Amino acid sequence: MTNPQVNPSMTGQAIRRIILEQSKRANVGHIGCCLSIADLISSLYGRILNIPAHDDPQRDRFILGKGQAALALYSALHLKGLISKEELNTFCGNESLLGVHPEHRQRGIDFSTGSLGQGLSMAAGAALAARLQGSSRRIFALLSDAECNEGSVWEAAMFSAHHKLSNLIAFIDLNGQQAFGYTKDVMDLSPLRARWEAFGWDAHDIDGHDGDAIVKAVKGLKGEKPHILVARTTFGKGVSFMENKIKWHYWPMSDEEYRRALAEIEIPS
Amino acid sequence: MRQALVQTLSELAAVDGRIILLTADLGYSILEPFAKKFPDRFLNVGVAEQNMLGVATGLAEAGFIPFVYSIAPFASLRPYEFIRNGPILHHLPVRILGIGGGFDYEFSGPSHYSLEDIGVMRIQPGLRVIVPADHQQARSALRATWDQPGPTYYRFGKDDQSIVPGLTGQFELGKAQFVRDGKDIALVAMGSIALEAAKAAEDLQKQGVSVSLVIVASVNPPPGKDLAEHLSHFRQVVTVEEHYTVGGLGSLVAETTADHGLGCKVRRLGVAQPLDGTSGRRAVFNEKYGISAPAIVRACLEVLQ
Repeated sequence: MTNPQVNPSMTGQAIRRIILEQSKRANVGHIGCCLSIADLISSLYGRILNIPAHDDPQRDRFILGKGQAALALYSALHLKGLISKEELNTFCGNESLLGVHPEHRQRGIDFSTGSLGQGLSMAAGAALAARLQGSSRRIFALLSDAECNEGSVWEAAMFSAHHKLSNLIAFIDLNGQQAFGYTKDVMDLSPLRARWEAFGWDAHDIDGHDGDAIVKAVKGLKGEKPHILVARTTFGKGVSFMENKIKWHYWPMSDEEYRRALAEIEIPS
Repeated sequence: MRQALVQTLSELAAVDGRIILLTADLGYSILEPFAKKFPDRFLNVGVAEQNMLGVATGLAEAGFIPFVYSIAPFASLRPYEFIRNGPILHHLPVRILGIGGGFDYEFSGPSHYSLEDIGVMRIQPGLRVIVPADHQQARSALRATWDQPGPTYYRFGKDDQSIVPGLTGQFELGKAQFVRDGKDIALVAMGSIALEAAKAAEDLQKQGVSVSLVIVASVNPPPGKDLAEHLSHFRQVVTVEEHYTVGGLGSLVAETTADHGLGCKVRRLGVAQPLDGTSGRRAVFNEKYGISAPAIVRACLEVLQ
């Protein structure tokens, strides 16, 4: 069941442009990990999530486990009309609800996150609630690969598989990087799909930058198990000098870098 | 208080379908009556307290009132950050049931003792903290608070028999219970150890010392005003808790007296030193750490000298 109301302005490139504009305006980092999920987020908010209204109890829920990439989520909520331009321009401003990590008091945000490893447990609870209430709503979560270093992720993985929470669909942003280096050097997660399968999940590898493939993968999900889509992504995707560079986990852009980055993001008309 | 808890919770669940009970694989031979009556609303989540709190947060967001059950340190300390970022930050009605305060788990040893749960819980302004003194008060406290908005931490002792004289199960959020009048010294107690404080008050009376006894079960919100008014009549106050002396009831009373500019001295009885690794009967430990009835008597006589 895919949202029939496809939003054509909700593209990965549109989200990337907002990420760059707002990161520059606020002079903050976490740019690379926002860029890597731009296509996942645009697919979710443009073509997958069923959200008739932001406060509809039967809407699909979305939980951003990797809360540090909230700017990508804010960008989608802006394109969806839930965050105004004025609100967006408060990102990382004093007393704004739009901080680096998402806060549920903000319209359109279902759960606050920021501490890695907590999102999937809340998603599992939300999925169990939907089942107990006889609702067909689905619960989507997006975790980072390094977030799987947290033991609590695997507590939630065991729980979800044991209770056959097939209404839970999680994505892993497999960009291969974490704060201090490459995941294979810090804490090797491979083979990640096999690990999730071993924990009883219906696991698939997908290309996290191919919107059609993402939507198709979600449409094709079936069976009793919770689902995980291990999405291969490129850290910093779309800005050549940021791609796969550790520096862009935390670093903000200089004026020159901003100019060069923006020039690479074309918005199809 | 576990029987009182399960019985009361079953009564409440019978009239409100939002109640759901989660346990992290503890409560064997205690929780079965609830599980039998409400099989669809009882869930053993396995030995995973962090996930239990996360799941409870997700359930509460959808309108449920989840009660999560474990031994006090595992219910409070292990998932502490999940409590902080989950039900507290989201202001959701998750009920955390910490079973066995202080030395209740006797021979299970230091890992099972709970001597800092109240301290870490009451520093969170968005979390109600309730510590009943006996099973009657546990019942009324639960009935008075189960459907309040926002989260609650309950510390329930294991004793399902004893009654604190004069308490008669009274409970009111944000209020203290004044169970004994006296004029020489004020005893303030929290949790199951109130029974020792009551015995001490009785013994002191026989020795000609007139003792007032106050029970604090509503730790957060604290009984600030009425407690301050009461303590303003005393020069000497002694607090009794089965908890470290920092962060719990003694700290609460010291803060209250300072906030209101009272002139009394506060002697905080509780555990003031690191545990030594031994385990044993609760009564032995209460004597060892100075919170048994005889130890409370000694402390009161000392401060009155």
